[in-house]
Amino acid sequence: MSKVDNSRRNFIGAGAAAAAGLVIAPGVTLLDMANARPAGEAASSAKRWGMLIDSTKCATGCDDCVSACGKENGLTSTGHPQTDSQWIRKIELKEIRTGKSHSLPMLCQHCAEPPCVDVCPTGASFKRADGIVLVDRHICIGCRYCMMACPYKARSFVHEEHHDQNPDVPRGKGCVEACTLCVHRIDKDQLPACVEACAAGNHGAMMFGDLNDPNSEISKRIATYATTQVRADLALNTGIRYQGI
Amino acid sequence: MNNNAFHKIEQGVFYALVAAIGLIALIGMGASYYMEEHGHVVTGMNNQIVWGMPHVFAVFLIVAASGVLNVASIGSVFGKTVYKARAPLSGLLALAMLAGGLTVLMLDLGRPDRLIVAMTHYNFKSVFALNVFFYTGFFAVVAVYLWTMMDRKMNGYSKYAGFAAFIWRLALTTATGSIFGLLVARQAYASALLAPMFVIMSFSFGLAVFTIVQSTMYKWNGLVLDEAVRRRMKNLLAIFVAAVLYFTVVYHLTNLYYAKQIAFERFILLDGGIYTALFWVGQILLGTIAPLALLFHPNAAKRGRIVFAASSLIIIGGMCQLYVLIIGGQAFPLSIFPGMVESSSFFDGEIHSYSPSLPEFLLGLGGVAIAGLITTIAVRVLHFMPSDDFHHVDRRTIAD
Repeated sequence: MSKVDNSRRNFIGAGAAAAAGLVIAPGVTLLDMANARPAGEAASSAKRWGMLIDSTKCATGCDDCVSACGKENGLTSTGHPQTDSQWIRKIELKEIRTGKSHSLPMLCQHCAEPPCVDVCPTGASFKRADGIVLVDRHICIGCRYCMMACPYKARSFVHEEHHDQNPDVPRGKGCVEACTLCVHRIDKDQLPACVEACAAGNHGAMMFGDLNDPNSEISKRIATYATTQVRADLALNTGIRYQGI
Repeated sequence: MNNNAFHKIEQGVFYALVAAIGLIALIGMGASYYMEEHGHVVTGMNNQIVWGMPHVFAVFLIVAASGVLNVASIGSVFGKTVYKARAPLSGLLALAMLAGGLTVLMLDLGRPDRLIVAMTHYNFKSVFALNVFFYTGFFAVVAVYLWTMMDRKMNGYSKYAGFAAFIWRLALTTATGSIFGLLVARQAYASALLAPMFVIMSFSFGLAVFTIVQSTMYKWNGLVLDEAVRRRMKNLLAIFVAAVLYFTVVYHLTNLYYAKQIAFERFILLDGGIYTALFWVGQILLGTIAPLALLFHPNAAKRGRIVFAASSLIIIGGMCQLYVLIIGGQAFPLSIFPGMVESSSFFDGEIHSYSPSLPEFLLGLGGVAIAGLITTIAVRVLHFMPSDDFHHVDRRTIAD
């Protein structure tokens, strides 16, 4: 029996594997680089999206984040400030005892234990697996109980008809709405509009990332510096953290 | 006493009454249509004061609805004959007021067209959803209770149905109070005390409403309420008013003990403008002290007018109390950063303003009219007139 020459077979096998690798690898690499979820795949609790806001870098009078949010989500002024929606707002703070002042953006804190979700009678207020708190506009009945329950005044009720909406962010009269953390952008692996605007202005006061990933920049910062959860006494485990207050 | 006494009311008067109340109900529905068409921007409510006048009316009607059933419960559950004679009217008023209150609540929703969603999607962690369940069940339980009372063949079950209704109404009002009591973030609420407080408020408001309806029915039919019955009911009413006062005092005193609550208490009790005025003048003076003085007046048992006036004042005081609780509670800003002064374009850190608009008020009034309409028609077509048959009762047991 003649001896089989394995070298040729090995070469063909290795070649096929390399070819397959070349075909598949770019996809895998791209997927890894993009880090985005393919359409149709459910959000996973492996991630918890969050934000770290450094109030020491946030200037009084700067509202880049607020105007970026308004532009991205189609929030326009109607001339009725008391009923206009505000998904993110700048709050000016002054410590009563020392007089020290702070300026910072306030938005939905995307709590792990959100009171708005607890109280919603129909389940329209819900928390996505990756920690983003949202309102299902199809089953919100507009009772506003979530607005009564939110400790951060983060929610708004749509008091009148709105036109020229952003197709990615539908808004309906008679429903409650709030910061979505720009979920439509996150799902395309983009930053929330406010964070992007803050970075574009070289302010660096807002950082976005995965709180569940110990190697993410945001997790490292939170592990290194003293950060605050607003109304920490309520133990809601907020996804938005603050530094400098 | 003639069982058909109510039918003495003139046919013409009845239709005129139905037409008048019906018109108010229609105006209320028109107001709600206007609000839905234009959005809540046409109301006084905003992103600061999210619950307004409609909620004051709705909560009053719902709380009083469960309280008015007390008259029946005292009869069926505790076996008091005088109250048993009034049980059917009490059950009817309970259903009518709940229907009125729920109509207001529903028509104020941002999306009233999604009522079916509210009925089919339940988040059982939500005390609001629990309330929807209790309200729906209340209709069924009270309807069965009325059936056992009004159908002779079913009379034997009346005590059991009455007991079930009694437990159900206690649970319902506890849940209604908890809508506010479980709001952790707001200083006016977040107190377990609100649940029993709502129960005792329901006793007081409900009996006041019952007294007014009963006196009106007696008057229109030229009947005279027995003095012993009136004495008994007015004394019970006074106890309920005093109990509401007790809960109010405990609520404010405990708040005053917590340093973090002092600013809020100062707002309600001292410098809250309309809310302070409504608390002291509306709730305490008109709604508590004046009715107590009237009910303990030596001639109160003899003169229906005194008890009627006291009951009207209790209702006015009750509306003031709910206005202060619901709207005053929201007007005081959330303390998002304790120890710091807050300001923003979203009115953080400042007292929120609210001016009730006409449509809101008309919607609330429409709810009252719906309750009135149901009651008027029902007492016309069925036998709800309290009939005291003293032949079998030792008068001393009535007067005790």
